[in-house]
Amino acid sequence: MSTITPPIAPKFEVTSRAALPQSQTKIAVDGLNFFYGRTQALHNITLNIPERMVTAFIGPSGCGKTTFLRTLNRMNDVIPGTRVEGKVLMDSEDVYAPGADVVDLRRKVGMVFQKSNPFPKSIFDNVAYGLRINRLTSSKSELEDRVATALNDAALWSEVKDRLKSSALGLSGGQQQRLCIARALAIRPEVILMDEPASALDPIATSKIEELIVELKKQYTIVIVTHNMQQAARVSDLTAFFLLGKLIELDTTEKVFTAPGEKLTEDYITGRFG
Amino acid sequence: MTALTALCTIVAVGILLIILSYIAMRGIGALNLRFLVDSPRPVGEGGGIGNAIVGSALLLVLSCVVGIPLGISTGVYLSEFGGGLFASVVRFLVDTLTGIPSIVTGVFVYAVIVLRMGHFSALAGGIALALIMIPIVARTTEEMIKLVPHSLREGALALGAPQWRVTLGVVIPAAASGIATGAMLAVARVSGETAPLLFTAFGSRFFPRNLNEPIASLTVQIYNYAISPYDEWHAQAWAATLVLMTLILSINILVRFLTRKKF
Repeated sequence: MSTITPPIAPKFEVTSRAALPQSQTKIAVDGLNFFYGRTQALHNITLNIPERMVTAFIGPSGCGKTTFLRTLNRMNDVIPGTRVEGKVLMDSEDVYAPGADVVDLRRKVGMVFQKSNPFPKSIFDNVAYGLRINRLTSSKSELEDRVATALNDAALWSEVKDRLKSSALGLSGGQQQRLCIARALAIRPEVILMDEPASALDPIATSKIEELIVELKKQYTIVIVTHNMQQAARVSDLTAFFLLGKLIELDTTEKVFTAPGEKLTEDYITGRFG
Repeated sequence: MTALTALCTIVAVGILLIILSYIAMRGIGALNLRFLVDSPRPVGEGGGIGNAIVGSALLLVLSCVVGIPLGISTGVYLSEFGGGLFASVVRFLVDTLTGIPSIVTGVFVYAVIVLRMGHFSALAGGIALALIMIPIVARTTEEMIKLVPHSLREGALALGAPQWRVTLGVVIPAAASGIATGAMLAVARVSGETAPLLFTAFGSRFFPRNLNEPIASLTVQIYNYAISPYDEWHAQAWAATLVLMTLILSINILVRFLTRKKF
């Protein structure tokens, strides 16, 4: 990774932009406001997230990017005193509609957290957890197959195949995070939300996660929150810049990092604040 | 600082060791196999505490069956679902209940159950002990479950698990060894209780035949023998104390072993 001097011009090698305009919208957010008690954390967010692409949210700490990510699978519901206004349409269905099934939503929208959070169970049981509670497999051999596939897709299989029965807590930080990705992949979601998935990892583990993200977007719609701009530049197709709870700009990653449309975006990515 | 804390630790543990060794010294004399399996006999004819061992075991099982599920459920409710006023009231009551002298619990069960039934019984004794266990188990369960990181719950919720499955499948197992320790503390506490049993289980000189009649227990037997005027019974009280201590210790070790951290 070369040091970047402002104004930055990051290298773009990973993504093919040709498909971008044709891509279907997977998640459409319309006029979303979010409140923690009386404090408004998100202001009138409207954006579309395309299918099978990587959309990155960048912005300074506290800008609301994680809060916004968590509105997409209604994880904020578990925080008391929060309130949502506006619409989040997943495949044209409003996930906040009265009677919308949260459990079903979360099956379709997997999530990987900032700090890896494997359950204090065996490696196998961690990956099998989602399959078991959702009764997605009908036999033991099918369960084993799905767990192996998920671990393989998360690029972890070769490292853990001989110790599936041992504790997940014995894995390294990077392995734990990939285990959490495998756990999310096992139930075959359509969307994967990643909340700063590599922020606690060393550069080697980070590059593994990034390679994995690029690989996974062939099958999944990925939304990633990151405070690492180079990471956003390396892995994402689209980049959204958030500031103080507002969406400032959303465009192709190339455009955002080379010729941002907004002055605020330019100031942020050139390191003038944040 | 290190020296001071070390000194205090030595004093505290030392006193405990002195008590233990004194009991062992006084108790070992009257201890033999006959003593462990026989029922009591009149003074001068020997006899043992077999019926009291069986009685204490039955009372403990009874109190665990009633007290542990109620206590754990209360603790889970308080930590996982208890945000409102009702939970605060419950928490306050549980704390108050922990502080109630055990003799009060005994008198309460006497008034409410023994008088209604018209006789002392093992059931009443078990309930009295359970009432003492519930607040201890509930509070330790609550504290242990609160220690489970929130990120684990979110991880499970994000996989589409409903709240109750998160609690049962992830949170409680993660806190299991702590909860077991709490239950253990409660068992250790009630296995030494005498006062609530005086009014409820009463005591008996025979092996128990059913749970609806008075039943012997080690603690009450120790009490009765210790206040008697006979040297032989005094020796037997010491021996029974040694047996009681050994039993509590073994339960502790057993549960530690069964709930040791696997992951």
